[in-house]
Amino acid sequence: MNGALNNDLREIWVYLSASPLAGLTMTLVAYQIGLWVFERFGRRPVLNPVLIAVLLLAGMLTASGIEYRTYFAGAQFVHFLLGPATVALAVPLYNQFRQVRQSALAMLAALLVGSAASSLSAVALAWIFGGSAATLRSMAPKSVTSPIAMGVSEQIGGLPSLTAVFVILTGIIAATFGTWALNLVRVKDWRARGFGMGVAAHGIGTARALQVNEVAGAFAGLGMGLNGLATALLLPTLYHLFW
Amino acid sequence: MLGTLTILLLCQLAGELIARLLHLPIPGPVLGMLFLFAGLLLRGGVPRAIQDTAGGILRHLSLLFIPAGVGVMTHADRLSAEALPIILALFGSTLFGVAVTAKMMAALLRPTSASADEAANPGAKP
Repeated sequence: MNGALNNDLREIWVYLSASPLAGLTMTLVAYQIGLWVFERFGRRPVLNPVLIAVLLLAGMLTASGIEYRTYFAGAQFVHFLLGPATVALAVPLYNQFRQVRQSALAMLAALLVGSAASSLSAVALAWIFGGSAATLRSMAPKSVTSPIAMGVSEQIGGLPSLTAVFVILTGIIAATFGTWALNLVRVKDWRARGFGMGVAAHGIGTARALQVNEVAGAFAGLGMGLNGLATALLLPTLYHLFW
Repeated sequence: MLGTLTILLLCQLAGELIARLLHLPIPGPVLGMLFLFAGLLLRGGVPRAIQDTAGGILRHLSLLFIPAGVGVMTHADRLSAEALPIILALFGSTLFGVAVTAKMMAALLRPTSASADEAANPGAKP
């Protein structure tokens, strides 16, 4: 009796760990838990739903011995939607187009300065505190959305999968403490606040900006797209020029 | 909903194809965003269905980053061996980047009426 039950359980376990259903469901459940905690304890930025979900999932996978690859086979359906969601950013951008057009010059200047500041300060800090060469190279493109960052990382000799991790951590840090940094430098304009989040922290920064204000969200989406372009074009060129 | 999803995927597909054909360093979805944007400009407005579905997807944009984020576990060794430089570089550069970009932009912008001061309700209108 007991043996039969154990056998059933083992079969269920084998089925679940091989099918995409488990990874997909776990991702959604972990996100719901993250959202619930975020809402329940007063929407504090420190309780970032992505951070909570990532920690829960990584902890569960490690504890149960399921490989990341197996999990991703299911979770990739969620990951895939990043593409259409990026396209959908055209909608808030269109809604705010009048404002965007009026501030085009300011945006271009802020883009170049902000993009260089994020990338150079990351590499410099990692170098000063003794990071390895692979870490430095993987760090350089970490402010832009993962598909671009991973491509650039490969071109400059970094590790694309490590870059993906830096990209996500950058987003979580900005979503969690970005508001504090913006208040510290006393920037009150929603356009500037959103643009800063998008340039320095891609989609997760944009998601946070959209939560707070639609104008900020539109400028964040634009900042993310523009810095994606700027980084994809400039970073490999500069790298090959100097190394 | 289904119509909008089809449009989004078509824009992305067109973006991917063109980026590959012309060997552009720009990712397909970013080009796709420009195509959809151009389409909305030509049409002169956002159809209700697109407005709703795009809003729905974007409200949960951060969900979509979770699968890649869990990849943190595959780099646990390096992250613990180089914890100090990685943590300091990520925190320092991210907050510096957000602040510098926003400050630069704010310094060059002409002020409008919609600032964080007055818009006390965060759910705010466009």
